Amino acid sequence: MAHNRRTFLGGAAAFTAATLAAPAVIGQAKPRVVVIGGGTGGATCARYIAKDSDGAIDVTLVEPNATYYTCYFSNLYIGGFRTFESLAHSYDKLTGEYGITLAQTTAEGVDRDAKTVTLASGEVLSYDRLVIAPGIDFRDGAVPGWDLAAAEIMPHAYKAGPQTQLLKAQIEAMPEGGVFCMVAPPNPYRCPPGPYERISMVAHVLRERNPTAKILLVDPKEKFSKQALFEEGWQKHYSGMIERIGPDFGGANVSVRPDTMEVEIDGTVEKVDVCNVIPGQQAGRIAHVAGVTEGDWAPVDPFSMATKADENVYVLGDASAQGDMPKSGFSANSQAKVAAMHIRGALTGSRVFPAKYSNTCWSLIDTEDGIKVGASYEPTEEKIASVSSFISQTGEDAALRKVTFEESLGWYAGITADIFG
Amino acid sequence: MRQARFIATMTLLASLAAPAFAQLAGDADRGEGFWNQCKGCHMIGPEARNRIGPPLNGIFGRRAGAVEGFKYSKSMARMGSDGLTWTFETLDAYIDNPKALVSGTRMAYRGLKDPQDRADLIAFIREFSDKPRDIPEAEPSIVTSQPQLADEVLALQGDPDFGEYLASECGTCHQGDGSDQGIPSIVAWPEEDFVVAMHAYKQKLRPHPVMQMMAGRLTDEEIAALAAYYATLEPQ
Repeated sequence: MAHNRRTFLGGAAAFTAATLAAPAVIGQAKPRVVVIGGGTGGATCARYIAKDSDGAIDVTLVEPNATYYTCYFSNLYIGGFRTFESLAHSYDKLTGEYGITLAQTTAEGVDRDAKTVTLASGEVLSYDRLVIAPGIDFRDGAVPGWDLAAAEIMPHAYKAGPQTQLLKAQIEAMPEGGVFCMVAPPNPYRCPPGPYERISMVAHVLRERNPTAKILLVDPKEKFSKQALFEEGWQKHYSGMIERIGPDFGGANVSVRPDTMEVEIDGTVEKVDVCNVIPGQQAGRIAHVAGVTEGDWAPVDPFSMATKADENVYVLGDASAQGDMPKSGFSANSQAKVAAMHIRGALTGSRVFPAKYSNTCWSLIDTEDGIKVGASYEPTEEKIASVSSFISQTGEDAALRKVTFEESLGWYAGITADIFG
Repeated sequence: MRQARFIATMTLLASLAAPAFAQLAGDADRGEGFWNQCKGCHMIGPEARNRIGPPLNGIFGRRAGAVEGFKYSKSMARMGSDGLTWTFETLDAYIDNPKALVSGTRMAYRGLKDPQDRADLIAFIREFSDKPRDIPEAEPSIVTSQPQLADEVLALQGDPDFGEYLASECGTCHQGDGSDQGIPSIVAWPEEDFVVAMHAYKQKLRPHPVMQMMAGRLTDEEIAALAAYYATLEPQ
């Protein structure tokens, strides 16, 4: 409480200084935006608000990690096509060039009546608008036998960082002729083609290092994104290596035993050497703490990304329930720009244009064999709705697939510059 | 001279452009009411199976005449092998007047004449197909074409501020500093080249699917605004 009061006094002192420096805004403190989560959605939103308001809005980004590792392209690191360092991005430009304040800690509480965020340090930040972009958490009990502690043995590697390094090291240390198993997640989840690109990258590594090894894909879903393209690619490049067990054969009835490295599929126990468990997902914890979720995700207004629960609180990216957009970095980046525009409009009166959303996901199957899927979206009263889409075709020639892969490299450079400056 | 050429280009392209029609977003709850007209013959939902008509789960993106074990009319089977796929547009035409789309169909249904009623019914049926959220390549979930903009926005022709906002979408792939790796630079393009190129994507004369999609939903004014904005940028 004492801390709370000190923060308040500090705010008042800053207010006085601001009025002295800029008499034009007497009676009006600089509006404040707090962004929780420095991933694709949060960092994009923070940067666009700071960049386009020219310092008229005070932006604080709350993120515990000093370095952000992108989940997109982390499969390419597993496959040996990217270095780990190439996935790393710092917040230096956001703080240095755009004047964003980085609070390197976690947010523990949100008081929407008082419009404050309490940090793990005890510090209390007040806001005029709050952006929550925490990504995903795993649902407790989604895969019986697995919990976060078991991730040190059976990694999820679905939040990029040390988990990704662990999984890569395990794959490279597999015994000759060993078994790699993935437990794929149920819908909806982050990055619909992600598990299947990962299977491709694991197969690429094993074909080079351990060609008699097998890959077991246990999947609760009947269908998955880019299925025809992946299955064609697996047949072409990794014939005989990959076995997929769908729901017809018990793929939705799975439990794991990390201590014995066993996977039980519909009553049949398999001994495996590496087990990548990607459990069912929900919005990151702070979205639930803030009370803006219904069930697993946070419903948002399709026109602005403001939550249905509170017009002053926005939820971006994977944590939001918005309609047809897949949970992807591209989607989060797209949504963040709409939210940033609305927040600036509300706080500084800048012009607000109609929302536009889009998404494209590239995936790599093997060396220079790239594919993509994408769609554009429009807000309707009910949801963000898909209005058109495209997808790579089966049977495309190698030259086109190479161009698609090179395009994905360009996209990665483009989007990371767009997010982190 | 430059201005005159620009206007001439715009006029030529405008005459080629498709007419705009309004977005029809269906109301699935209202559409469930119309389903009463279908459910005597068709099933939908987890327990759906062949009855007088085939089940309508997963119909979006499915070839006509493709449900296993269902005996289709020759006419419907023929449409399937000719490539008829069920989308908003084809379902809309079929529900409007079944025999106009598939002459020899066995579906004895007089048709649902009001476009909004059809949109609502299709929205209800759409709930039982793949969701784009989970499978991004799934069929779209609403019909739309040109975005409908407020007059005040339409008046912003060639407005670089509007262009800067629109460009935030381009910047996800095309870098603002003009670098050119895998994806070309569009910084500092002459305005009229930009406009002509975007209209060529919009009309699907240029082939790239991402750009066809992006340009296809931009109005003439939005393209002009983007061109005005990008012309002001300096490569670094």
